[in-house]
Amino acid sequence: MSASEQPQFSEARKAEIASLVSRYPGARSALLPVLHMAQEDFGYLSMDVQKLVAETLGVRLMAVREVVTFYTMFREQPCGKYLMEVCTNASCMLNGANELVAHMCDRLGIRVGETTPDGMFTVTEVECAGACGGAPVVQVNNVYHEKATPESMDALIEKARAEGGAA
Amino acid sequence: MTIPSDPKQVKAICFANIHVPDMRKLEVARAHGAYEFLPTVLNEFDSSRIIDEVKTAGIRGRGGAGFPTGLKWSFVPRSTGKPTYLMCNADEGEPGTFKDRDIMRFDPHLLIEGMIMAGFALDVHDAYIYIRGEFLHEANILNEAIAEAYAANLLGENILGTGFSMHLTVHRGAGAYICGEETALIESVEGKPGRPRFKPPFPAVEGFYRCPTVVNNVETLSTIPAILKHGGDWHAQIGQPNNTGMKIFSVSGQVNKPGNYEVPLGTPLKTLIEDYCGGLQHGSVPKAIIPGGSSSPWLMAEHYEIPLTFDELAKAGSMLGSGAIIVMDETADVVAVARRLAHFYAHESCGQCTPCREGTGWLERIMMRVEAGQGRPDDIQVLSDAATHMAGRTICALADGAAAPILSLLKHFPEEVRARLVESAA
Ligand SMILES: Cc1cc2nc3c(=O)[nH]c(=O)nc-3n(C[C@H](O)[C@H](O)[C@H](O)COP(=O)(O)O)c2cc1C
Repeated sequence: MSASEQPQFSEARKAEIASLVSRYPGARSALLPVLHMAQEDFGYLSMDVQKLVAETLGVRLMAVREVVTFYTMFREQPCGKYLMEVCTNASCMLNGANELVAHMCDRLGIRVGETTPDGMFTVTEVECAGACGGAPVVQVNNVYHEKATPESMDALIEKARAEGGAA
Repeated sequence: MTIPSDPKQVKAICFANIHVPDMRKLEVARAHGAYEFLPTVLNEFDSSRIIDEVKTAGIRGRGGAGFPTGLKWSFVPRSTGKPTYLMCNADEGEPGTFKDRDIMRFDPHLLIEGMIMAGFALDVHDAYIYIRGEFLHEANILNEAIAEAYAANLLGENILGTGFSMHLTVHRGAGAYICGEETALIESVEGKPGRPRFKPPFPAVEGFYRCPTVVNNVETLSTIPAILKHGGDWHAQIGQPNNTGMKIFSVSGQVNKPGNYEVPLGTPLKTLIEDYCGGLQHGSVPKAIIPGGSSSPWLMAEHYEIPLTFDELAKAGSMLGSGAIIVMDETADVVAVARRLAHFYAHESCGQCTPCREGTGWLERIMMRVEAGQGRPDDIQVLSDAATHMAGRTICALADGAAAPILSLLKHFPEEVRARLVESAA
């Protein structure tokens, strides 16, 4: 997408959104699901994408902004190709999550919240992922990795580098 | 596994078929009894009979508050001319809780069947499952199961030719603990930030788009098929009086076999930890136990044998909550745990009530310096005042949840806190 071009939903997406809207008493109810779709399609929720969502659902831009800024999963900035979210809440902490995060950051040469210069990896700390029986838990692009270890995360990073190499 | 009709023989309700391979597929679920009793309910039961059975069953909500489900359903006003909505609370955000996820990913049809029955009882035509955004995999499984249920006319128009119609939609949240609170959940499904509403009016009377709305937890709704099939009396004989049924406990922290265990209410805490969870990682006596999710006051070793019921935990000054047990053994840094929880609540406060927005921030900032060994001489007093003053003074219970770990730490481990204060210089 070039700078001058406005983002657009595909025809398939538009149809999906229309059917989704019909499931609620009001179109605004589809806001969170449509923002998830937009984030999936465009990578992050730029102001242009937020405007697109507002127009698509017929809600004010302010209403969209308010939701985007309230919910942690919505991103207004791009992140690495691999978003690694480490839970450091109580159960994960009691099972080595802090040491794990430190190891991952060390290995990637970044601090928590940063992205590697090649745009490959972002490491963040998140709140309880709801999988405490598998502590410590790391979500990588929304896939849960339970009982994560420094070794398992190293392996994952290596594999990602081998696969996604050209970045 | 079919659930035995002798209540004494019951080993599991929600997890009865959780280990069956491919149970998420309709065909497999049906081979294990899913939807078998549904036609009987739709054809032979009416609303008041269902609500009566659920009342007799004595089931109390599994989402945290332990409110009697049948009673909640009976509050829904009829013939208001407005639609009634059903919302399944699958937000599962309370730290330590991970049970609903297993029901949804391993036996989604159990939840769907429970929702159809609840929907029928409450004359609901549009029902939603509000699932936390991070559970993308589970949302996909639910959507596949729902599609299969629609194709088999178990959902949609004129279900199984009975004239009852109900639609079911999975609605993903987006990373906000507060949306587990039922009125914040409703706001969220209305496409707004999750800011809790004043109660009353309670959602059962005025909820989604100001219409009557029942919000129930995944585990609560998943027990409905067994209750209706075997009867409320049957369910009332499982567990303890006023604390009936089986309960899934999510056990995590410093135990050897963390996981979800479904046991009768009344099972002693120690039995759960020693016999099911393989005991503590270090030592034989827990240092502290969070019994009902991070918002519940901590229990000490003296309570190790407490029977796990809503009433016993309340008597001990804590709560059963969502049944999420976080175990700290003798090696745990309790100050660090309390600091981490303070961070959680500060991050998750929606910010609309001043005592919570300010209080959670204070607690976190003070706990950070205490953890770092830089606490000030009066920090114990400040923590205690701040925590005491925020609890009970806000629209929702998040502030109470934030206060609980801090007050527990101060009460049970004052010496560990004191050891991290810088001695008064002046
Ligand atoms: C801050 C806060 C978070 C909550 N989170 C959840 C949750 O994640 N899941 C849940 O079922 N209930 C949660 N609850 C409780 C709900 O408000 C509500 O009581 C429950 O969904 C009712 O269902 P039940 O009666 O079947 O338990 C939360 C409450 C509060 C105050």
